[in-house]
Amino acid sequence: MHHDHAALEREADLEVALVGSPNAGKTTLFNTLTGLRAKTANYPGVTVTRSEGIVAVGGTEVLLVDLPGTYGLSAISPDEQVVVDALHGLGRRRPDAVVVVVDATTLARSLRFVAELLLLGLPTAVVLTMVDEVAARGGSVDTSRLAAALGVPVVGVVGHRGIGIDAVRALLADPDSWPTPVVPPPADTAGQVAWIDSVVRSCVTAPGPDRRTRRIDTVLLHPVAGVGVFVVVMLAFFQAIFTLAAPVIDAMDALFAWFADAVQSQVPGTLGTFLAEGVVLGVGGVLVFLPQIALLFCILALLEKVGYLARAAFLADRVLGRFGLEGRSVVAMLGSFACAIPGILATRTIPSERRRIATMMAAPLMTCSARLPVYVLLISAFVPARSVLGPLSTQGLAMFGLYALGAVSGLVYASLLSHTVLTGPAAPFAMELPPYRRPTFSSVLLATWDGAWSFVRRAGTVILLTSMALWVMLNLPSVTPPPGLTEAQAASYQMEHSIAGRMGTALEPVFAPLGFEWQTNVALIGSLAAREVFVSTLAITTAAESEDALPERLQELRDPDGDRVYDAATAAAILVFFVYALQCLSTVAVLRRETNSWRWPAFAFASMFALAYLGALVARTVVLGLG
Amino acid sequence: MKLSEVAVGGTVVVQSVEPGPDGRGRRLEELGFLTGTVVHVERRAPLGDPVVYSLRGVRLAVRRGDVSLVTVTAVPAEHSGPVAVEVADDPEVTGAP
Repeated sequence: MHHDHAALEREADLEVALVGSPNAGKTTLFNTLTGLRAKTANYPGVTVTRSEGIVAVGGTEVLLVDLPGTYGLSAISPDEQVVVDALHGLGRRRPDAVVVVVDATTLARSLRFVAELLLLGLPTAVVLTMVDEVAARGGSVDTSRLAAALGVPVVGVVGHRGIGIDAVRALLADPDSWPTPVVPPPADTAGQVAWIDSVVRSCVTAPGPDRRTRRIDTVLLHPVAGVGVFVVVMLAFFQAIFTLAAPVIDAMDALFAWFADAVQSQVPGTLGTFLAEGVVLGVGGVLVFLPQIALLFCILALLEKVGYLARAAFLADRVLGRFGLEGRSVVAMLGSFACAIPGILATRTIPSERRRIATMMAAPLMTCSARLPVYVLLISAFVPARSVLGPLSTQGLAMFGLYALGAVSGLVYASLLSHTVLTGPAAPFAMELPPYRRPTFSSVLLATWDGAWSFVRRAGTVILLTSMALWVMLNLPSVTPPPGLTEAQAASYQMEHSIAGRMGTALEPVFAPLGFEWQTNVALIGSLAAREVFVSTLAITTAAESEDALPERLQELRDPDGDRVYDAATAAAILVFFVYALQCLSTVAVLRRETNSWRWPAFAFASMFALAYLGALVARTVVLGLG
Repeated sequence: MKLSEVAVGGTVVVQSVEPGPDGRGRRLEELGFLTGTVVHVERRAPLGDPVVYSLRGVRLAVRRGDVSLVTVTAVPAEHSGPVAVEVADDPEVTGAP
């Protein structure tokens, strides 16, 4: 990223900073102006993401820097600090000009921010978005009068229809020609209030209230109907993620298995096996979740752009607030039931760093899809299928219990963190309820693509590297099994004598209190690539004929002393271990990237391992006690 | 009177904003709670918190604890002008629980 950044800065003739409040349409404008030539990276030392891209106007290349969305320049939050530092040129080149994006429907609120920006003395231009919405509600903003009142250029745009974009582009090429205010706005609050009133009076015909939005809100925010809709939306969300994506996931699984076979038959020897199992199935391990992740991002983008996510957050805030989280955490928590990585990425909308980190740290404790195969295996092998009440079975209850244990533990964990290690200022909770809007197809598509691509990039490389390294550890050095073994027994013998097998055996004293023997320990090492690898690795270490035969194999497997390797107590210990353990290196990598430090991922990994170990010990003891 | 004490359906004018800890008062000003701003208390979340306020053309959900820094007075009778935008509310909505 450093290279990219340096290269972008060198080739640009001018640098223009893009600022504005969240929801003002800043990102849409940025994407429209820069196209696909934008680069994203983190600001040093903070969790704040920076995006920049080149806008070419005639012969001039302008570097457009999309600063975080903020409501002012008081530098309370890390985001605002970044904006203030950037506008003062602290740490890097000061921008040559500022473009402030203002939502025309909230002009009376945003002018305070504009006043603060004008006081900085940089060439400034105003881009007015949502002018069509003001008109639809019977109001108007006279842009030339606004320009006269402010003393700077003003351009009205309708971002999704491209209206006004050329004017903005033309403006960017030559900030030196922009008019500047003859008299700067007042610097004191009382003076600014009077200034805002006079500016608004000079150019705004107030739009009427947004009756449609208010009418929808009487239902969606209603104590009974609103909560009912919330529950239905959440259920539909889960249903969609798990059922719509399932056939695609199965198809991709089959496709990669076929491809791995093909590679193995073409490339002989250990190299062929490495390419097939380590590389092809490693890539498959990433891509197999992609349909689900893409669907998740698509639904979230749709809900967000329609305006429903803000309503869901409004309804959930009180409950989540009790645990040191906030309304907007609901998106991250829900997303994490598919995969913690999109969940963690979704925390970017939370302005309070303290509540954002609490949410990120709780996300991995929500039960993700990759845990499901592990739960299914052990429950089907060790929980007797008995009907409890109608369609409700003991197995179903066990599954529900594991999901509930994860969710409740995540909330308690977040609460404990915010009362202990998470210090720092608790910013006030404030969230705009935007008008309901019809999202454009392209904006939803772009958000889906962005999300899916960052998943592949962030998780993909980690999973692929881990999967290749683990293949080597699980399969080398190559040994000759003693004669007379079946094929499955020979595979098990080979794995027992591999690097990972030896590590698994060496770890036996550590995991003995939980009832784990080398077969389990090796599978735990394997599952660091992705949790579901536990199942396929266990199939090899226990010498099962196939993964389908694994539940039976687990029930009958005996160690050299003739004792059962797996019983209900050990199964319970493994299940609880998987509820808590941060057994996923890609989540660790994403935590590191999003918090911009090793501190939080290291803390999460260590504390969740401790929880997993203790929880598994308790589960085993309880099950043994029940006999 | 504090803004946090105003009942749902009430319309008031911001008189002052206390600085409060960690720049909270400053943040409330940035969000639009400036002296002289007309604020309408629109509705409460089902569990009592947060509360939706409409002001300066924006609808904001804010926790009651956070708006206790805002002191408000009744709307003066002669008040009019652009800051009052959005306050003319649907009668069907203002009676919300």
